[in-house]
Amino acid sequence: MASHGIKDRVAIVGMGCTAFKEHWDKGVDDLALDASNEAFASAGIAKDDVDAYWLGTAQSGMSGITLARALQLQDKPVTRVENYCATGSEALRQAAYAVASGAYDVAMAVGVEKVKDSGYQGLNAFPIPSDGTTRTLTAAGSFSMVAPAYAEKYGVPMEQLKRTLARIASKNHHNGARNPRAQFRREMSVDQICAMPNVAGDLSVFDCAGVADGSAAAIVVRAEDAHRYTDSPIYIKALSFVAGNGSGLVDPTYDYTWFPEIAACAADAYRQAGVADPAARIALAEVHDCFTPTELVLMEDLGFSERGMAWKDIESGRFDLDGELPVNPDGGLKSFGHPVGASGLRMMFEAWLQLRGEAPEDRTVASIGGERDLALTHNLGGYPGEMVSFVSILGATPG
Amino acid sequence: MRGIISHGAYLPHRRLDRSTIAAVAGTGGGKGTRTVASYDEDTTTMGVEAARRALRVTDARPGALWFSTVTPAYLDKTNATAVHAALRLPGDVIAADFGGAIRSGVAALRAALAGGPPALVVTADIRTGLPGSADESAGGDAAAALLVGDAADGPVVAELVGSGTATDEFLDRWRTPGDVRSKQWEEKFGETRYVPLGATAFAAALAEAGIDADRVDHLVVTGAHGRANKAVVRALGVPGDRLVDDLSATVGNTGSAQAGLLLSSALERATPGQVVAVLSLADGADALVFRTTEALADLRPAVPVAEQVAAGAPLPYGRFLAWRGALTPEPPRRPEPARPSASAAGRNEAWKFAFVGARDRSSGAIHLPPARVSMDGGAVDDMEPVPMADVPGRVVTYTIDKLVYSPSPPVVFAVVDFEGGGRAPIELTDVDPADVAIGTSVEMTFRRLFTSDGIHNYFWKARPAAGRSSEGA
Repeated sequence: MASHGIKDRVAIVGMGCTAFKEHWDKGVDDLALDASNEAFASAGIAKDDVDAYWLGTAQSGMSGITLARALQLQDKPVTRVENYCATGSEALRQAAYAVASGAYDVAMAVGVEKVKDSGYQGLNAFPIPSDGTTRTLTAAGSFSMVAPAYAEKYGVPMEQLKRTLARIASKNHHNGARNPRAQFRREMSVDQICAMPNVAGDLSVFDCAGVADGSAAAIVVRAEDAHRYTDSPIYIKALSFVAGNGSGLVDPTYDYTWFPEIAACAADAYRQAGVADPAARIALAEVHDCFTPTELVLMEDLGFSERGMAWKDIESGRFDLDGELPVNPDGGLKSFGHPVGASGLRMMFEAWLQLRGEAPEDRTVASIGGERDLALTHNLGGYPGEMVSFVSILGATPG
Repeated sequence: MRGIISHGAYLPHRRLDRSTIAAVAGTGGGKGTRTVASYDEDTTTMGVEAARRALRVTDARPGALWFSTVTPAYLDKTNATAVHAALRLPGDVIAADFGGAIRSGVAALRAALAGGPPALVVTADIRTGLPGSADESAGGDAAAALLVGDAADGPVVAELVGSGTATDEFLDRWRTPGDVRSKQWEEKFGETRYVPLGATAFAAALAEAGIDADRVDHLVVTGAHGRANKAVVRALGVPGDRLVDDLSATVGNTGSAQAGLLLSSALERATPGQVVAVLSLADGADALVFRTTEALADLRPAVPVAEQVAAGAPLPYGRFLAWRGALTPEPPRRPEPARPSASAAGRNEAWKFAFVGARDRSSGAIHLPPARVSMDGGAVDDMEPVPMADVPGRVVTYTIDKLVYSPSPPVVFAVVDFEGGGRAPIELTDVDPADVAIGTSVEMTFRRLFTSDGIHNYFWKARPAAGRSSEGA
């Protein structure tokens, strides 16, 4: 038994991504169609050329029919997948394994979420009948418990940590301001963000991901076929997934300063990709900054920073757009917005643009070069103590 | 010998300062405070708290549970069964409601004293009234529990030595079902009826006990008619200094819980060999005369009434009105919670109602909620039930959530570790957000999280431990 991975056996040959915003004039069908059409055009193929489809949506539709109807697919296998906020990544993972197995030649992953038809701000999970004893807390409230725990464990004054968290948000706003597809395109200073009122723990709304509608799509083929579709395919080095057992909620040894599911998932991904020193090999990372404390802790769980040191690395500018290891160059969930089922594929879309040198000039990362030639996407769902984690590693060249 | 084996009282945490009423309501109010059931409490949850306290101090266990209230959380459906579930009583213990009238509180006690298996009498009330009314100001919310039985059931601390009753049909106070407001006939009429009825019942009880009125050491007089309560004392022949404080200045008149609450208070003050008499004026009169026993000295109340009266925290009148449904503030713009599933709740009854987790026999890991597969070592179906409701905890970390739906935002939420193992992420209650801290000592309390489709969602929350300041340890 082992997690072997499919390093360099599958390549992404086409991608699409809609703008993420409050699409009052577009439904789930429109969004999925727009992203899919952009991906088809990118790969130079038509919908009938795709042998199998995976649709990732958390709660905007049931079954593969949601996509088959929107695209009018004829006699195609279409599977709807859901894995919390890692739903879009899960769709790609399934599509990639399907072509790697030889079952299909061309597969497509489409992630879509229509959030803004609920009539409420924020995300609202579809209620599953229960005994009524499950937690009564928003995701913001749940993740807000990370900040004081981290501050106490590592002796960081809370005022300092709040500024560090604001710096994460400010960085992601800076990057998003340079992204025409992003929901929020206004730069925000650390002082401006620190002045906002708290809504959950020490978090203000500016510590929280944008809530947006959107869709993103990717077409995958076996690596040996990739150049039939594009001169610059992106090779999948690793796809790792961990579903936590929820024990962090009830295990007194869990201290809310890290996410064990993510550390395990990252270790598996680095193993699959043959990456020994991620801090030296990763040129850019798209990570799941659902709330600013999440991005802080992720820098350590993903091995970019030593334990207890991420806040210093953040303050040093190491993860800035012009830093050594840019994190969320597209603006992240914070600024790009978070249509749940689409976000994982949106992260890959940024890796696709940056690794192919297609990102707009004012947010092209300068970090790619030499040994530092890989992109990482990290997507999570759930809460501290009970989460799913996905990590992919991508590169422009095999080997 | 039949009598009281143990007792427990519960006063909710919040206090309304009566002097704050008139500024808003334009009328009403007065001096002192009244107790107010929290937005997440009802008569069932308060009854659970009182009953837990009564059972915590004795090894005796009831064979019947009689629950009495004027303000039941449910009609048609029995409320006593939720109390029964929260106390983890076995299925062969009957649990039933005495409902509707204030007199039903004393009636439940009399039924228990009449014989049969040891009976836990739980009385609870939430006293309502229109804004500015005398009932709103003078009422109070509380619960009391009395475990009644024979000497064979457990040490009797107060033996019943006499009882008397005087029933009469006349209209003094009434309420139409569903109405929050009671109405009262001209006060003097009721007084003219209650005083002689009280004297008659009291005399009968003393006669049965063979005790003269001046030998009564502690006299409890209860009833919803304040003037009659005062007037009847003069007709009883008991010296005035024997009258037990009716807590009207601090708690208010707690309706069907009043007799149990004041009896509990009297038993806390009494010494062995004293006479404690209760006279209740409600649609007639009921008198009970007890003589305390040597066993009283060994019964230490879980949380004394006096301590509870001294504790508590103020509640602004506006929030009181909102909790009572008399004022409807803008709710959080979040979907309201879905109703809990009856079948899921039924499967998980021990967890939901009694906060019983599971302990892995091989690793010792405590699972909240119970699980079949251990998170530590993976043992399957090798768990034993572990009751956690009375296990002290401490706050590991916490947050204030202003976004989430709550009947009374914001939600104060904490990760709580329990003494001896086990952790639960759980809501805090009876706490001001500024007062919670890492390390705060907490205890579990049975609450109503919300009501959806008319279904009350009962579960447990944590609150700062009684007897400790909310600033924490």
